[in-house]
Amino acid sequence: MPVTLTEVAAERVRSFLANRGKGVGLRLGIKTHGCSGMAYVMEFADEVDEYDSVFKSHGVTLLVDPKSLVYLEGTEMDFTKEGLNEGFKFSNPNESGSCGCGESFTV
Amino acid sequence: MALLQISEPGMSTAPHEHRLAAGIDLGTTNSLVATVRSGDATTLADQKGVHLLPSVVRYQADGVITVGQAAKVAEIDDLQNTIGSAKRLLGRGVSDLKTLAGQLPYQFADTEAAVPKIRTIAGDISAIEVSAEILKTLKIRAEASLGGDLKGVVITVPAYFDDAQRQATKDAARLAGLKVYRLLNEPTAAAVAYGLDQGEALDEKIIAVYDLGGGTFDISILRLNRGVFEVLATGGDSALGGDDFDHAIAEWIVQQVDQSTAHTPKQLREILVEARRVKEALSHTDVVAVTVGHWQGSFSNEQFMPLVANLVKKTLFACRRALRDADIDKDEVADVVMVGGSTRMPVIRERVGDFFNNPPLVNIDPDKVVAIGAALQADVLAGNKPDTEMLLLDVIPLSLGLEMYGGLVEKIIARNTTIPISRAQEFTTFKDSQTAMTVHVLQGERETVEENRSLAKFALHDIPPMVAGAARIKVTFQVDADGLLNVMAEEKTTGVKSSIAVKPSYGLTDAEIETMIKDSMLNAKADRETRKLREQQVEADRTLAALDAALACDGEVLLSTEEQHTLQRARDALVASKQLDTAEVIKTAIKTMEAAAEFYVARRMDSNIRTAMAGQSINKFKD
Repeated sequence: MPVTLTEVAAERVRSFLANRGKGVGLRLGIKTHGCSGMAYVMEFADEVDEYDSVFKSHGVTLLVDPKSLVYLEGTEMDFTKEGLNEGFKFSNPNESGSCGCGESFTV
Repeated sequence: MALLQISEPGMSTAPHEHRLAAGIDLGTTNSLVATVRSGDATTLADQKGVHLLPSVVRYQADGVITVGQAAKVAEIDDLQNTIGSAKRLLGRGVSDLKTLAGQLPYQFADTEAAVPKIRTIAGDISAIEVSAEILKTLKIRAEASLGGDLKGVVITVPAYFDDAQRQATKDAARLAGLKVYRLLNEPTAAAVAYGLDQGEALDEKIIAVYDLGGGTFDISILRLNRGVFEVLATGGDSALGGDDFDHAIAEWIVQQVDQSTAHTPKQLREILVEARRVKEALSHTDVVAVTVGHWQGSFSNEQFMPLVANLVKKTLFACRRALRDADIDKDEVADVVMVGGSTRMPVIRERVGDFFNNPPLVNIDPDKVVAIGAALQADVLAGNKPDTEMLLLDVIPLSLGLEMYGGLVEKIIARNTTIPISRAQEFTTFKDSQTAMTVHVLQGERETVEENRSLAKFALHDIPPMVAGAARIKVTFQVDADGLLNVMAEEKTTGVKSSIAVKPSYGLTDAEIETMIKDSMLNAKADRETRKLREQQVEADRTLAALDAALACDGEVLLSTEEQHTLQRARDALVASKQLDTAEVIKTAIKTMEAAAEFYVARRMDSNIRTAMAGQSINKFKD
């Protein structure tokens, strides 16, 4: 199962990457801490690591390391606005529960 | 579900530990808040999508405080309670009011306090409180937009703001519940927004920042050297802005429209509104249709140019003067940055470009460029960038000063001053015929030499013998971009010089610096007492030295044995009092001795006058 972006999210990532002026794509990953077990990581990527899985979604290169991939398979990332706040949102089929804030989750 | 942002590689934060930061442009007429999200610096809008917050605060009797557009709308009807130019009052004392009060429509409260207060229906309000309300509104907007509490902010201030005005800005931020990472000069923020500090070349370059706002004009000449900005000169006109360009067009319209009837104030206001619209439209097209009442016409950039030539000339004159102050040739200016909505006018861009022989930078919205620069700086200071991209803008961690007679420290450069910096102060000799002076350089916040850290000591020799207080010794402290301190001492009449170089922060850890600052806070009261005591001890020494010198000179001649004994007793009492650790006792003993010696002083003066007159009469006879 690939990791994907919605069209809106892809457009934003493209624009952020262009604005930054460098980078090969977007790295998605998992960090194992937070109030409910795991937390999402989203970083600009300057290089592709040896074991990375590489996905293409609406023209954006997504990089996921193998340890994270097992928790992220099938995840789709969207970009939304909530009031004045705006940012990226994950919908992850592996997620079985998340803390109230949604910043960390369990599988 | 929280919304996530993209981080720099390796800079992701743990959940609930986001390093949210913002940059705030606290302006005279409008304020803005900006932040960096997913690497992109943008200004933040309110619920209605408006970015600019008018810097206007209205106080009502029921305690309701309105900020921004709603307050601005009410300004005409409620002038006394609606405060619109608080920035002009920030950090000003009651004594400054005389020059400012004429420009401001407020009633000032009669107050004993040093800070002027404006009398409103909701009580007496200081400029700091007004500014705090504006900052609070922007804080709420930023936190709603970022989905969390702000860790810290960078607030911009005009380059010419003095220490009191900067401190007042910080006080306003504290009142608003904001942590200030740093105050940033507005022109520096504009230069940062354009990434001028990020260049590959390490060579220094000169940047001119041309800031034409609604009602004020500022020109700043900056020097960028390895990431550090230094303000070389500032200039401008606090009564020249975009509004003057509106008036120029309005006058033209009035001349075109039928002149047989006088215009009512309402018509004039309509003409002014139309003039403003025409001016703004001319930034996008060359010719604009003008409509006032039944009159219709058209106005072009070609017609606009000669109308405002004098206004533009005025700004360029200020530019020339600032360049001269900075001792910079205009061809040395590498980049010209445009700030302020009025710089959208093509006529301005063209003439400024011609003046500097260099097309100005205009890509970033000139209304937002200062806030964007502040946001970029705040993002770095919050720790969202890898260290390699850290800006080198830096400050002096602890005050630098000199040892004075009596073991007291005179601070020359205050803590938190941004480097590079150069400050000079003049000192004099303490004793008659003193021919050398030790310059002892110290670092720290305490009042006495023992409590501070000694950095270096050197001597200035060959001071010509003079009476105490006549020599003029200029001591210059200079800290360069790397924190390297150079101290130079020069006797002004002979030009004798001596100097030393030290690295002040060498060997001090952050914890040590923190302890030193904390100690100065904890011991503030004791330090004040020590200072008072030392000052009196020094004063006692000075008085004793003067008495001894006089006695040695003519004590035997002018005083009887009895009188000499009286003075000796007073002298002994003062010497004894010096051993006591009470400033008041020493002060009284000095007074007592001065009183005891009064007759002697009078007698010496008489004697001197007699001698002088005698000498003169002999000369006269000779002639």
